[in-house]
Amino acid sequence: MAVMSSAVTNPHQFLQAQNRWHWIEVAFWLATLLPFVLTPSYLSLASQIAITALFALSLDLILGYAGIVSLGHAAFFGFGAYTAGLISKWGWGEPLSGLLIAAFSAAVLGYLMSFIIARFRHLTLIMMTLGLGLLLFEVANKASWLTGGADGLQGVHMWPLLGMFRFDLYGYTAYTYALIVLFLLFLLSRRLTNSPFGLALRGIRENLTRMRAIGATSRSHIRTVYTISAAIAGVAGGLLTQTTETVSLGVVDFQRSADVLVILVLGGAGRLYGGLIGAIIFMVARDQFSGINPQYWYFPIGVLLIAVVMFLPNGILGGLARLVASWRSRSQ
Amino acid sequence: MITSLLGILFDGFAYGMLLFLLSVGLSVTLGMMNFVNLAHCSLAMVGGYIAVTLMNRAGWPFFATLPMAFLGAAAVSIVLERLLYRPLYRATDLDQSLLTIGIVFVSIATAAYIYGTAQLPVQLPDYLRGSYQVFGRNFGVYRLFLIGFSLVISIVLVSTLEYTRFGAQVRAAVDNQRMARGLGIDVNGVFAITFALGGGLAGLGGALAIDIVGLDPSFAFAYLVYVLIVVSVGGLGSIGGTFVAAMLLGISDSAGKYYFPQVGAFLIYLVMIAILMWRPAGLFGKR
Amino acid sequence: MKRILAGLGAIAMFAMPSAYAQQSVKVGVVMSYSGQFADTGTQIGNGIKLYMKEHGDTVAGKKIELIPRDNGGIAPDVAKRLSQEVIVRDGADILAGFDLTPNALAAADVSAQAKKFMVNMNAATSVITTKSPYMVRTSFTVWQLNESLGTWAYKSGLRKVYTLVSDFGPGHDGEAAFQKGFKDAGGEIVGSARYPVANQDFAPFLQRAKDANPDGIYIWVPGGTQPAAIGKAIAERGIDPTKTKILGQGELTFEDSLKGMGDAGLGIITAFHYDYNHQSAKNKAFVTAYNAEFKRNPDMFSVGGYDGMHAIYEALKKTNGNADGEALINAVKGMKWESPRGPMSIDPETRDVVQTVYIRRVEKVGGALVNVEFDKVENVKDPWKARMPK
Repeated sequence: MAVMSSAVTNPHQFLQAQNRWHWIEVAFWLATLLPFVLTPSYLSLASQIAITALFALSLDLILGYAGIVSLGHAAFFGFGAYTAGLISKWGWGEPLSGLLIAAFSAAVLGYLMSFIIARFRHLTLIMMTLGLGLLLFEVANKASWLTGGADGLQGVHMWPLLGMFRFDLYGYTAYTYALIVLFLLFLLSRRLTNSPFGLALRGIRENLTRMRAIGATSRSHIRTVYTISAAIAGVAGGLLTQTTETVSLGVVDFQRSADVLVILVLGGAGRLYGGLIGAIIFMVARDQFSGINPQYWYFPIGVLLIAVVMFLPNGILGGLARLVASWRSRSQ
Repeated sequence: MITSLLGILFDGFAYGMLLFLLSVGLSVTLGMMNFVNLAHCSLAMVGGYIAVTLMNRAGWPFFATLPMAFLGAAAVSIVLERLLYRPLYRATDLDQSLLTIGIVFVSIATAAYIYGTAQLPVQLPDYLRGSYQVFGRNFGVYRLFLIGFSLVISIVLVSTLEYTRFGAQVRAAVDNQRMARGLGIDVNGVFAITFALGGGLAGLGGALAIDIVGLDPSFAFAYLVYVLIVVSVGGLGSIGGTFVAAMLLGISDSAGKYYFPQVGAFLIYLVMIAILMWRPAGLFGKR
Repeated sequence: MKRILAGLGAIAMFAMPSAYAQQSVKVGVVMSYSGQFADTGTQIGNGIKLYMKEHGDTVAGKKIELIPRDNGGIAPDVAKRLSQEVIVRDGADILAGFDLTPNALAAADVSAQAKKFMVNMNAATSVITTKSPYMVRTSFTVWQLNESLGTWAYKSGLRKVYTLVSDFGPGHDGEAAFQKGFKDAGGEIVGSARYPVANQDFAPFLQRAKDANPDGIYIWVPGGTQPAAIGKAIAERGIDPTKTKILGQGELTFEDSLKGMGDAGLGIITAFHYDYNHQSAKNKAFVTAYNAEFKRNPDMFSVGGYDGMHAIYEALKKTNGNADGEALINAVKGMKWESPRGPMSIDPETRDVVQTVYIRRVEKVGGALVNVEFDKVENVKDPWKARMPK
């Protein structure tokens, strides 16, 4: 997995090493196929996990690689979700083109917002993302003639995927579709973060002033990655709309922004896989705990978060990476 | 016209003071100690539940419950500080956020388990209810009380942190831990007390807020956003800044709702964004 | 000896789960048990539990098994997934619960697609029942209550009313329904405002309403912590409910809200379909049993759950235990019964609830504030669907 090895000093060698696939990665992606055989009655859940993982991946690009903490990332998720829903409502139910349009519209919104975002750091940055996200929520609620307001958008109906596969009750199509999109966008993100552009972003995250001093155009880098991240979040939102045929204010609310941040930090930011692992653990835990007790499941989830911070700092992957490193150094 | 403006200013000021009481504790812990305590409103909720329990079940008078709300929330925050926060003072913001969100989740479930999910009724004594009529406008008694109380709290806080030995120790410990230790300051003790102070203030704010905003287990989440807005607009660590920010947001919120009810919901966010664009570190922030 | 018997019983139960499985009807209950709307789910759940305790867990030879699932607030994507899951994974025959409109709408798709009987126990937007031909509603509709209230308000002598509603779907419905009822009767709306969903401080809105000098102020509020805050703000603004009438849907004067408001609540007039203070033998018994079980009074959510279970039980009796969606919905059409809220029935055409709308005033009875019914409109159907082109 993407663990930095400090032994390599040449940046090209470093990037090449990063680009190689580790056997654990291959195993991980093969394991995502297991639900089809092992737990076919959980495919709806699996599809929503894949969508959340994609959303967390989009946040990781800005948080883990450019240091932009966002409490308003649901703005893009929601924008994509509403765009996908509206296109379908207006009579075009073809999923793939709908998803592209959702991505494009979220990217435009992200690009516009990036001009504000790139100017700030730290708490102010968080509050800006939060404020813009909440504004968009209020707009979505207010514009009920367009969005359906609190009742949700009605009349979303998707055509079969590629004209062949209907979105079925069991979620076969939904999970296949979400998983393929997740994998493709993961490849793109992996490519992006292991490029010179990705290195420059890490530089910005570690030390903004020094990056400016060596002549890196930090703001335009931030704007670019923010736009890409917004587009991916929009795809995640569009996927949720298409696989559930529902859109409501829930796609753009504070809770969704907070949840995805919790998921990413839980899994470990800055490693691409963090959001994926976080989404799996958080959502499976929530499904199981709330199945056991629908009223008090917040308690075990809270304890889980506390335990991860106490025993595996920097998220599950960060903590595990450290444990592995210390075990290796001890065994040498 | 002028009396209606006066009435709006008064209502908004009082609402702002409520925001101030809820947020000032966070301004202290986040601003001075650099600890991201998203469980701040959980502590406020603890204060609220203590006040309600003492009033409704034990029949205590309202004013007697306030010190208990302060002490109760302070005690809880000392326990949290000892057990969970202390090991994480040097951790990343993200880890601190995740930990405290975990605490929020646990507190919501615990409150729902003990008190149920229904919202708890709060009955103030008669002398705090109703209103005075001046120039044909009504000025709520409880709002007057809130304003007075907040002024006292802020004066006490500012003088404690600026002019006492303890205040100097806190500032020293925050600025340079190692140096402060070298000077013989019990840094751990100072931090614990500061945390207790921040938590206690939250509890007090919670107890005072429930009459206006009500109390149920979702309290721990519902006000987090407002509290963060007040603290960031005011500027980290500045009590005066928090005061001004709370006042400004309270008044603009009230005025917006009265004069332009159709944009009422947007206004508080727009004001925040505008102020942060103008002064990214908040009104009185240093960093 | 006793222990041995119990042990044998336990073994017997484990030994033949498959036999039991065929003899059971599974009800997936999807609603919010956590989050902002946790109390709604809690009370609906209590209503369901009480009905099952009183009537046994076996009907027409089938054991009723509940599968509760937490929706966690406004999340139709989750509601849809949970409804799918209880059907495909747990083998549920019936969908029930549904506290919020978007969630009910999303689950309706599943009910229609899977042809499963669905009992909407709360969500109150008119359109919901049209989304699945297998759905029945046992709560109320916002139009049903508020159009009746608008008409009644004019009849009672009010001419100029200001409306203040929560700025989201059900609030807009309440506003439209009240205004239609009131204006059609001849009244005038002198002003209106919508307050943000998460609003806490109501002083500015009520001041604005007061400054418009109406005879009455109509308020639509979705329960939670806001009604008490509104009541207190009314008193603080110096609005006297005996002079300027305060009107609203029943959530405004919920039991907890009245406790918080205190005497400020006196004289508020609301339209509602159920209150624990409704005077009937059936309701007395219901309230007593409810208190014995859950240590609190039932509310409209509880009665929605209670009557929802009644609809399920009676329909299963009619179909002789056949849990097929088509059979159950046909069995429930036109069904009439005596509920704790009074007489109610299911409209055979729309599958929606038909019931009495009570007009109540807050009064002090034996030292406590309660809603006292003083007028009523009987057999009210949902007016929104009645106007819908067929």
